[in-house]
Amino acid sequence: MTRPFVFEKPLGMRDTLPLLYETKKKIRRKMEAVVQSWGYQFIATPTLEYYDTVGSASATLDQQLFKLMDQQGKTLVLRPDMTSPIARVAGSSLKQEPYPLRLAYDANVFRAQQHEGGRPAEFEQVGIELIGDGTTSADGEVIALMIEMLKKAGVGQFQVAIGHIGFIHSVFVSILGNEERANKLRRFLYEKNYVGYRQHVKELSLSSIDKHRLLELLKLRGGKESIERAYELLPGTEGERFINELSNLYAILESYGAADTLKIDLTLVSHMNYYTGIVFESYAENLGVPISNGGRYDELLAKFDRPAQATGFGIRLDRLVEAIDQREEPSAAITGIIFSPERRQEAIELAREKREEGKMVVLQDLNGVQDVDAMSEQFADVIYCIGKNGRGGKS
Amino acid sequence: MKEWLTVAMPKGRIFHEAVDLLRKAGYDLPPEFDDSRKLILNIENERLRFILAKPMDVPTYVEHGVADVGIAGKDVMLEEERDVYEVLDLKISGCYLAVAGLPEQTIQDVAPKVATKYPNVASKYFREQGEQVEIIKLNGSIELAPLIGLADRIVDIVSTGRTLKENGLVELEHIIGITSRFIVNPASYRLKDKVIDDMVERLSEVVEGESNDENNSAE
Repeated sequence: MTRPFVFEKPLGMRDTLPLLYETKKKIRRKMEAVVQSWGYQFIATPTLEYYDTVGSASATLDQQLFKLMDQQGKTLVLRPDMTSPIARVAGSSLKQEPYPLRLAYDANVFRAQQHEGGRPAEFEQVGIELIGDGTTSADGEVIALMIEMLKKAGVGQFQVAIGHIGFIHSVFVSILGNEERANKLRRFLYEKNYVGYRQHVKELSLSSIDKHRLLELLKLRGGKESIERAYELLPGTEGERFINELSNLYAILESYGAADTLKIDLTLVSHMNYYTGIVFESYAENLGVPISNGGRYDELLAKFDRPAQATGFGIRLDRLVEAIDQREEPSAAITGIIFSPERRQEAIELAREKREEGKMVVLQDLNGVQDVDAMSEQFADVIYCIGKNGRGGKS
Repeated sequence: MKEWLTVAMPKGRIFHEAVDLLRKAGYDLPPEFDDSRKLILNIENERLRFILAKPMDVPTYVEHGVADVGIAGKDVMLEEERDVYEVLDLKISGCYLAVAGLPEQTIQDVAPKVATKYPNVASKYFREQGEQVEIIKLNGSIELAPLIGLADRIVDIVSTGRTLKENGLVELEHIIGITSRFIVNPASYRLKDKVIDDMVERLSEVVEGESNDENNSAE
């Protein structure tokens, strides 16, 4: 093994330089303000968790987990998402707090990347979880909150695709008869392979009506009217329940004034077996990947001994920054005070004065600078306290 | 005003068939389209921008969203495993992936060597067969490998079988049939759904029409 170069970082790890740091901070603050105004409370959890608890409960694929061992030989993971740690907190430290819980986070999560090493393996997510509320109002609330956050963050054009895992599952089980066959078909949707889906359906020994129903599922994309069409695939009370849920959700989001960004997409399967109901993803113009995703996960909390229905989402800050594509100016106007040692006292006092006025001030000993002109150029404003006679010149 | 749509096209063999298909679907592509050496071609009246990429790279352009849609062989899709929608089987450029080798070649017992342009597909295939092999990645002229003793077998696409025959190789196993697919970037699939759905609709009419013709003539 060759040693890494001194400037190298582990695969997928990135530095954040001042310009990007400021941009991220600004966007983060805007979103945090929205989250807080909706009454969600921020929490923080450890970076390391046990593989057997949070690691195995999380939605992240096993091969994407960063694993390491503690001194007792237990396997640890760098948290791959924030949902399972929050579920752990809800089931332990916040056990006494009544449901529903409204919690928020802003944290770095870690996922080892399969392809191409340059993709970020550590990235910041801002998100929320609404735990212990199974109503469609709760689904509506989190989607509306996400839309509000994206708008306030400054994303111009974006779309939110809404699907329903429970609906797909019921259609498949009602036609195919068992879970195993349903999962096989669902995998094609998860892999976004419509061609494989169609071929698989054609090869199944089913009535042509049932085959037709399965093929029609691929067309359930578009506006509000797709919800109506969905009913034809799953007639009966079960279908009615899902259709009502989706139409209610649509109506709720209309009440929030957020319906203009919605797209129904009942082929959306964002995970093989994590989500249980309504799922959603958002996409911004000029970015090929989702900037946020979420959905209902009614089975996770039971793994932490406090069963509850829950929903939530995470927004990827790195992708959001790319989607917004606006960089902050490096922190606006910094004043530089360059002094020679004999006037240090005066310079320190001047700096204090200005800092109290709310100005950003750099205090620099002249002897520590190699190129005064280059140094001065970094500042919006430079004050020289140099030499013996009074206050120095300003430039 | 219709939105611009960027289409990633594979250069070479598949290109002409794909252009043909688009024309049949009613897209007005100028004649000079066929032998231009430009890498980016804008068709103003259709509001389509074509980018001409190496076939293996088409899914990469689409995954990253610099192309909204693309035309890629299933062989490339299997090899690259990109996060894109595989929406339609265009049923053009039909061929298949196969294992081939010299006739009467005795296979090494321990870890036979397999040369291929498709290391992921090949290693997955042999793993599923329970065979232990060593994969050697080559970028072209795969048939050379068994001839000069670099590998015992090869995994490559076969369309007519002529190249194999001329080099004295025989097909040993059929892995999977390959055709070209219409692929779509997940974000574009939502943001430009109308234009893309229209294109899929028009292409699928042509594809289904042609396969029906074939069925009829076979009867």
